[in-house]
Amino acid sequence: MRPPTEVLFFGTCLIDLLFPQAGLSAMRLLREAGVRVIYPRGQTCCGQPAWNSGYREEARRVALTQLDALAGDRPVVVPSGSCAGMLRVHYPSLFAGTADEARAKALAGRVYELTEFLVRVLDWHPKDLGPPLRVAVHHSCSARRELGIADAAAALLRRLDQVEAVEPDHGSECCGFGGTFAIKQPELSAAMAGDKAEAIRSTGAQVLVSQDCGCLMNLGGTLARQGGGPRVRHIAELLWERTHAE
Amino acid sequence: MPSELRLRVESGLGNGRVRVNIRRAMDHLVHKRAAAFPDAEEREGLRAQGEAIRAEALARLPELLETLERTCTGNGMRVHWAETAAEANRIALDILRAKGARTLIKGKSMVSEEMGLNAFLAAEGIEAVETDLGELILQLGGERPSHIIAPAIHKDRYEVAELFGRCFPELPYREDIEGLTAAARAVMRERFRAATAGLSGVNFAVAETGTLCLVENEGNGRLCTSAPDVHIAVMGIEKVIARLDQLPPLLTLLTRSATGQPVTTYVNLISGPRRAGERDGPSEVHLILLDNGRSRVYADPELRDTLRCIRCGACMNHCPIYARLGGHAYGTVYPGPIGSILEPQLQGLDRQGELAEASTLCGACAEACPVKIPIPKLLNRLRWEAVRPDPDAPTLAPGSRRRALPALGWWLWAWVYASPGRYRAISTLAGRLRWLAPRRLGAWTRSRTAPVPAPRPLSRLVEAEGFERE
Ligand code: SF4
Repeated sequence: MRPPTEVLFFGTCLIDLLFPQAGLSAMRLLREAGVRVIYPRGQTCCGQPAWNSGYREEARRVALTQLDALAGDRPVVVPSGSCAGMLRVHYPSLFAGTADEARAKALAGRVYELTEFLVRVLDWHPKDLGPPLRVAVHHSCSARRELGIADAAAALLRRLDQVEAVEPDHGSECCGFGGTFAIKQPELSAAMAGDKAEAIRSTGAQVLVSQDCGCLMNLGGTLARQGGGPRVRHIAELLWERTHAE
Repeated sequence: MPSELRLRVESGLGNGRVRVNIRRAMDHLVHKRAAAFPDAEEREGLRAQGEAIRAEALARLPELLETLERTCTGNGMRVHWAETAAEANRIALDILRAKGARTLIKGKSMVSEEMGLNAFLAAEGIEAVETDLGELILQLGGERPSHIIAPAIHKDRYEVAELFGRCFPELPYREDIEGLTAAARAVMRERFRAATAGLSGVNFAVAETGTLCLVENEGNGRLCTSAPDVHIAVMGIEKVIARLDQLPPLLTLLTRSATGQPVTTYVNLISGPRRAGERDGPSEVHLILLDNGRSRVYADPELRDTLRCIRCGACMNHCPIYARLGGHAYGTVYPGPIGSILEPQLQGLDRQGELAEASTLCGACAEACPVKIPIPKLLNRLRWEAVRPDPDAPTLAPGSRRRALPALGWWLWAWVYASPGRYRAISTLAGRLRWLAPRRLGAWTRSRTAPVPAPRPLSRLVEAEGFERE
């Protein structure tokens, strides 16, 4: 199969508002890999916050906007495991039995998480230009379990010659973000994030990366509050930095 | 105001000793399970088989239960149906009264916990004696199980030694595991000898043959079911399976998932009371089949998956929340992920619906579950049931957790995010006003810094970078 020449980019609301550099890096990477990247104007949010809070009607209303914005037959690339999971895994259930079920299913079949797309579709090999670097990687639970694509991010890090990627102790454990969970069960969430931050620190890594900005917001905020610790980057930012070191 | 669950969470997190004990024990069990399934392909094959067997059993549940009643009765057992826990307790009491039993020796049974049997019998003047080591420890200490497989897992051996020292001053004080088990055995032997009635749970009931299967590691289950004159077995109606040849795959899944054992020390197959000419075994075997809300769970095709559970405890062992809290903080008979989907359905969303929210939906439970129950999907479903304004929804107390303010909040959220124009206006405004962004965001910033909107959202940056927009 010939790799697609054109993709739609779904930036996610979290990246749009708080971490635009992550989104921008992802788009630049795709462009460099030879793909025409289009940013649909009509996109907002995948609807996951409402879906996971039980407000299905509201989730559907917002999701419908994405069905419109991401219509067509081009692949949709998402720089987030959890939003990609929402589009791919949950849209079909969300729209089951409605007039938009077929559209939702069709979209689900075209959705790729960024690292998954770079590795499995484009088989992209980054050229590492940076100095030696120790990187801690936290795979989001959606990437690891819901989509089963943690190996893609791991492969990209392996392809960076000067980067040594390490997983913290209890690496497969959730960071405690869980969207509204962090607000509804703040003590539990903080305990999980605290343990994870400690495990990340003890890897001695200079940078922490993940496929998901939700985890990074949680872990980065926790590390910053404690002071010190690794810099926090979306994996797309790290890849862009490493392939464009001055 | 923090909810009841959050208060219990705080005390659970605050108890450092429990947290250390549980975490260590869970890590150990996770490790043992992993070692018991060295071959991922074999493991996945078995899980698919386990799922299929349990799904078949549920698809044919009414028919299989009728068959089970017939075959068990044919084997000489007496079968009783209990719609509620109270009915089950009453049935057990009547059996004990008819035998003139003053004490009941018990093997480990979560259904008896669900019934609140011990307290009920105590009020009727009958003493229930737990014989499983973990359960005994809890009974002596006046506690409830914190794990469905390893009920006293939150305790370390020093705590147990101290407890035994207090309860059995006549025995030598020991802190080593062997010494403690020996002490328990010495105490228990006498109780077994004297008892006229024993009670056990059931891991699987085979409809085809009328066989009750019970696995255990201490031999107390075998004694409870064979030494006294009457054996009462209690089980939830979902525990039936169709055929005897389905038992081996389920057993190996159960023991490997639970404790990493290839097989338990004891596998009891009980097929009726002592027959003429046999020298041991009870003269009466009673099977109490408890519904207690399961029929309602059964009625919904999606929620029905809850009943596939074989009570192995792997979901707890792998749960990052359970590992930090232990079972008591859940405040229910069944803790951990399975409890968070089962209890809101059995007890009602008004009483236990919050449990469905106390999860990050990380999926570690479903990944470990030997019968592939999609626990995150069911948690999500129950969150919907808890706030959906539909009195005819198939759960108990649907919509009972809907509150005006959050509902309005979500409506507003959708109003913004369903409209690209409104969304764009608000995200641009947030960037412009980023200097106004609060440094404190309630509970979030107690342990983290607050996120700050970027000066310009991605949607604006892409244009400057020369990306096409459509
Ligand atoms: S839900 Fe699955 S993992 Fe949890 S106790 Fe039941 S069978 Fe075991």
